[in-house]
Amino acid sequence: MATIPSDAPVARSLASDRKSGFPWLLAVAFALTLVGSLRVAEVDPRLLVERDALANVGRFVAGAWPPRVSAEFLGLMARPVAETIQISVTGTLFAVLIGFPLGILATSTLMWRGVLHERRVQRRRWLLGLPVYAVARALLSVFRAIPEYVWAFMFVRAVGLGPFPGVLAIGIAYGGMLGKVYSEILESVDPRPLETLQAAGASRMAVVFYGLVPQALPTFVSYTLYRWECAIRASAILGFVGAGGLGQQIELSMRMFQFDEVLTLLATLFVLVALVDFISGRLRARLL
Amino acid sequence: MYRLREITKVFGRETSALDGVTLHVAPGEHVAVIGPSGAGKTTLFRLLNLALRPTSGSLRFEGADVATLSDAALRQARTRIGTIYQQQNLVGRLRVVHNVLAGHLGRWSTAAALASLVRPREVETASAALARVGIGEKLYARTDELSGGQQQRVAIARVLVQDPDVVLADEPVSSVDPSLAVTLITLLRDLSDESRKTLLVNLHSVDLALSFFPRIVGVRAGRVAFDLPPDRVTVDLLEALYAGDRDDEAQLERLRDGYDPFGRACRPLTGFRP
Repeated sequence: MATIPSDAPVARSLASDRKSGFPWLLAVAFALTLVGSLRVAEVDPRLLVERDALANVGRFVAGAWPPRVSAEFLGLMARPVAETIQISVTGTLFAVLIGFPLGILATSTLMWRGVLHERRVQRRRWLLGLPVYAVARALLSVFRAIPEYVWAFMFVRAVGLGPFPGVLAIGIAYGGMLGKVYSEILESVDPRPLETLQAAGASRMAVVFYGLVPQALPTFVSYTLYRWECAIRASAILGFVGAGGLGQQIELSMRMFQFDEVLTLLATLFVLVALVDFISGRLRARLL
Repeated sequence: MYRLREITKVFGRETSALDGVTLHVAPGEHVAVIGPSGAGKTTLFRLLNLALRPTSGSLRFEGADVATLSDAALRQARTRIGTIYQQQNLVGRLRVVHNVLAGHLGRWSTAAALASLVRPREVETASAALARVGIGEKLYARTDELSGGQQQRVAIARVLVQDPDVVLADEPVSSVDPSLAVTLITLLRDLSDESRKTLLVNLHSVDLALSFFPRIVGVRAGRVAFDLPPDRVTVDLLEALYAGDRDDEAQLERLRDGYDPFGRACRPLTGFRP
C-alpha cells in the first residue's frame, strides 16, 4: 500500500536523541568523592591484623564463650526484652500518629495538583494548598534527618532514663520516614481509576475513598510493619544512650567486660529480630 | 447532545492532540470513531466526558457551554455521561460490587458513599446490572481476580448502574479476543438502544465499526477526516485515514478483499441504515 506522507504531524518538534554531558560530570564527581572519602575516613585494613587488635579480639571472643545462661541472669533479662518489644510497638504507633496526618498534608496530589484539583489548577488557584504542603514536607525532613539515637539522647536529657525517651525518639524519627513514604505511596497510585470516578460525577471525598484509599492501604500497612521490624533493631541501639531495653543491658555488660553476658544478650536480640521479621513477613505476604 | 466547534487541545507547549474538530452528535445516535493510533481519539473522548477542557473552540453538552459550568453543574453533567475505558479503569483491590456501585457515586451523598464501602447499599442494582452483562455470580469477587473480558463487563455494569444519557467507550475491546469483542460491542449497542442512550465508541477495529454503527467518524492528526454512513466509507478513504500506520495495513488488506469477518449476524440494527 502506498505511503502518503502525513500532512499534519502531531508533535511540532522533532524527537531528538542528543545526550547531555551532565551525567559524565556527575560520574567524575562521584569517583573523586569516593577516593577522597577513603582518605578522610582513614581506611587502613592493616590496622585490623595488627598484634594489639588481634589480641583484643581474642580477649573478647574468649571472654564471650561460653555465654552466660544462668537462671538468675536469664530471669534478669525478661524485663529488658519486654521493654524492647514495647518500645518498638509503642514507638511505631507514635510514628503512625505523627506520620499519617503529616504524610497526607505532604501529598501533592491531595493538596494542590492532580485529578482532585482540576478546577483549581485551571483557575491557577492551587497556591492555597501549597504552603501547608511545603511546611509538612519540611517538618518530615527535619524529623527523619536527625537520627533516632540523637533524638533519644535529647529525650533522655528531657524526660530522664528509661523506655519513654526511646518511644519518643522512634516515634519522631520514624514518623518522619513513614510520612514521607505514605505521601509517596499516595502520589504513585494509578490516577486512571480516580479520573474514571470523577468523570462519573463522584465527589472528591468519594474519589479519595473509592479510588485512592483501596489502592494505597495495603502498601501503607505493609510498609508500617516493615518499619516495626526496623524499630526492634533501633530500640536495641537506643539503650546505649540510656533509653531502656536490651541495648541498655548490652551497654552495661560491655562496660563491665562481661562478654559472656553480651553474647547471651546479642543472641536474644537476634532471636527477637528474627521472630519479628518472620511475623511481619507473614502478615505482609498475606496483604499484598 | 454534543456540539463541538473548532476544538483544539494542546498538551504542554508543543503537542497538539486535536486541531480544529467540529462535530455534532444528536441524542440517541450511535457513532463509531476510527483512526490510526495517535490521531487524538482518546483526547477527543476525554473532552467528551468532560475530564479535559479544550484549549480553544467551544464544547457544548446539552446546550450548555462546558467552559462556563460551575463545579456543581459540572458534577451534575458528568453524572449523565458514562465512560468505559480501554484499560479497565477499575479499582482492582475493591470487590466487584463496589466497582459497580461506584456508578451511584454521582447521586449518593459522601456519607452514603462511605457507608456503602462497609455495607454495600442498593446491592440489587449492582446484582441486576451484573446479571445483564452475564457475570452475575461475580458480585463479591475481588475485581483484580477477574479476566480482562470480565473486568470490561464490570465496567459496562457500572455504566448501567450509573444510567447516563450518553455512553462513551474508548477502545473498549482492544484488549479482548475478537469473538468476545463482538459480544461486548453487541452488548453495548443493545443496552444503549433499549434505553435510547447516545453511544460513542472509539474503535481500533474497522470491521467492527463498519458492521455495527450507522455513523463513522474518521479522525487523523487531530482532525475529522470524514463523517459518513458505513456504506459510503470506501477503501480509498480508509487508506488515506491509516496512511503510514503499519499496524492497520493488514486489516485494510482484508477489507479490500471484500472480507466480512462477522457475517450477517452483526449487521447494524434495522432502521439505522440510511
